[in-house]
Amino acid sequence: MRSGDATGSIKRRLVVQLGLVTALLSIAFFLAVRVVAEKAATDTQDNILAASATSIVEAVYSDSGEVRLELPYSAITMLSTVSEDRVFYRVLVDGETITGYDDLPLPEGRATGIGPVFDTYPFRGEALRTVQVARTLSVQDQPRQVNVVVGQTRLGLGAISSRITTNAVAIGTAFFLVATALSFLAAQNAIAPLDRLAQVVARRGPNDLRPVTAAAPVELVPLVGGLNSFMERLRQALTRSEDLITEAAHRVRTPLATVRTQAEVIHRQTDHPASKKALREMIRAVDESSRSAGQLLDHAMVTFRSDQLETQEINAADLLRDVVDRLQPTAELKDIHLALELDDDPVTVRGDIILLQNAVRNLVDNAIKYSPADTDILIKLSGEGACQMAFIDQGRGFGEADLTQLTSRFSRGKNVDDVVGSGLGLTIADDVARAHGGALDICSNQEGPGACVTLVLPLS
Amino acid sequence: MRHIGFAALLILLAQTAGALELEESRRYEVADPQSELRVLSTADVEVFEPIILAFQQENPATTVQYDVASSSEVMRGLYEEGAAYDIALSSAMDLQIKLANDGLALSYSSAATESLPGWATWHDQVFAFTQEPTVLVISKAALEGVPVPRSRSALIELLRTRPDIFDSRIGTYDVRTSGAGYLFATQDSRNTENFWQLTEVMGRLNARLYCCSGQMIRDVGDGRLAIAYNVLGSYAQSRLADTPGIEIVEMDDYVSVMLRSALIPVTARSADESGRMIDFLATLSARPDLVAQTGLPAVVPLRPNEAPERRPIRLGPGLLVFLDKMRRETFLRSWVSSMEQR
Repeated sequence: MRSGDATGSIKRRLVVQLGLVTALLSIAFFLAVRVVAEKAATDTQDNILAASATSIVEAVYSDSGEVRLELPYSAITMLSTVSEDRVFYRVLVDGETITGYDDLPLPEGRATGIGPVFDTYPFRGEALRTVQVARTLSVQDQPRQVNVVVGQTRLGLGAISSRITTNAVAIGTAFFLVATALSFLAAQNAIAPLDRLAQVVARRGPNDLRPVTAAAPVELVPLVGGLNSFMERLRQALTRSEDLITEAAHRVRTPLATVRTQAEVIHRQTDHPASKKALREMIRAVDESSRSAGQLLDHAMVTFRSDQLETQEINAADLLRDVVDRLQPTAELKDIHLALELDDDPVTVRGDIILLQNAVRNLVDNAIKYSPADTDILIKLSGEGACQMAFIDQGRGFGEADLTQLTSRFSRGKNVDDVVGSGLGLTIADDVARAHGGALDICSNQEGPGACVTLVLPLS
Repeated sequence: MRHIGFAALLILLAQTAGALELEESRRYEVADPQSELRVLSTADVEVFEPIILAFQQENPATTVQYDVASSSEVMRGLYEEGAAYDIALSSAMDLQIKLANDGLALSYSSAATESLPGWATWHDQVFAFTQEPTVLVISKAALEGVPVPRSRSALIELLRTRPDIFDSRIGTYDVRTSGAGYLFATQDSRNTENFWQLTEVMGRLNARLYCCSGQMIRDVGDGRLAIAYNVLGSYAQSRLADTPGIEIVEMDDYVSVMLRSALIPVTARSADESGRMIDFLATLSARPDLVAQTGLPAVVPLRPNEAPERRPIRLGPGLLVFLDKMRRETFLRSWVSSMEQR
């Protein structure tokens, strides 16, 4: 069976697409973490700056008409608890610097007691985050505007930011790897029903045309339905042709029997040697035709029964004995001796008795047909490893014929032109063997001329 | 002749306009000079000389110019005059921090500076290389038969009960003129509730005010002082041998540990050149011979629960607080009114 050309793989496409989505999500996650974390870090610094500036502005007091400040120790140390950042401050009263760095610029914006104003600008060679808070102080009944500016470099913030970045990269990468692995599993899982269905169909025997009943997901139901209806049509077509053959064989056999009887009657009544000879030829041809029709019937039956085996325990020796008894008269006509060589131990197989009888009968019949008169046919049963039934004749063998082609329907050896045959005997035996999970081994007889055919069946 | 005189006048003018007031200056020449290291320091030449000579042994092609100035002069020179130096060593931690905070120091980092404990460096710009406790130096003769005070409360009690011994015989820094004295006083005011009480008691007993530890130790040795408060322990230790009458007392309640520190001024020729001296100082603890010769205790990591009363003054912007113009005014006003309450 040839497979169609593959165009891409569903699994690969799923994995690649899920991988791309994951990568996008990882990048988005990384950016989000960074933005949020940087914002948090900046807010933290701003809060501490505001706290520092507020504690300074609250420490401003008036002393006999003069605005004074006792710079709180904690206002500065709270800024340096985490990092070793540089700190600047400036205190103004009505726009006049009273202490601190008088070149420290005021943050842009207005602070009129509503809330702190933040700004970032370069100062003395480094970026500075500054805050300004304001307060009104009444000095001798005059309102005085006090502004406090506190600035801090962003070294600690940079360290936090780079630590966050490192963590975000690590988490993003881990997320990507885990998600990619999971998407690989998900893809595998998603196409598993497809794999299962393919296996169910691929495991089937060549003649198994039953509908697929394996559970399939909704998406595969149309495919399974299509497959089943296709197989149903195929099965019907096959059944029709088998029926036709069976019907034809039946219809041919009955008139043939009449012809044979009539020919025999005439043969007995006539004395004319030429006519007698012609009649004998006629009877022989009729025999062959009726045998072929019988084989066609057998084959149709084998094909039919193979689909639904009715298995039972069968003693191989009994089976062989039975068939040999039945064909003994045919063999004796040609003075052929059927020798049965059985195993000491009983050999049992599990199978359809009718099919197995059919197979064995066809093989023995074949052997008789192709054996010269007054020879032996050895039928050997061995239970070693498997049930092996060997049929060894002293006939012409298979010559140069391709041994693997012999079991095809209507295929015959190349050296059988003088013997009438349908070419179905080996096919029937082979079909039966396969239906039972066994095989038909064909080889030329190793000891002298003749053929050796072995029917191998698994032991029960 | 006139020209020479004119030139001399110009040189003199140039020197007085920009120049620092140096207390000492010594040049350590080498046979084949490749580079020069200009050091501005608050430590006396005789104290620091062994370190310079040892440094030159490791760096035989470096001439060292060693200039000594007071800590406020060091600050003024670097902050205002832009004096060109490759390294500045000072015991005034607050001023060193201010120089670094205000952007007048260069950053430097090496394996040696990384090996310093976290509390001994700031911002990769200020590197502590000694830890020197402040101590009480007492005259054995004056305090004969008197229990040695081990805490500030005990000291206050002793001063109160024995004015006969201590009147006019207490020495301490004049915090208005001494940078180190101001640093110790402000740290005391933060760390012990007894500071202002102690200052008042000293003021009542007509305490004598000094600019430097050296003079105080000498006066205790001479018997002029019975007691000197907040003296640098390292100086006292180095004078112990030739000043037999003194005894060093470390307080039990709290000891300020001053960190002598180095920084690279922005006027340095190259941070890496100066870095070799920083590295040498940062690894001073590996040279016990130099520690013994100079009497400067090297920085060693603190062990938890070991001598919790010895607290190194924290390097960092906290030191800027007492440098604040107004805070300083307020502090000095309180200090003067406590000290001079006649």
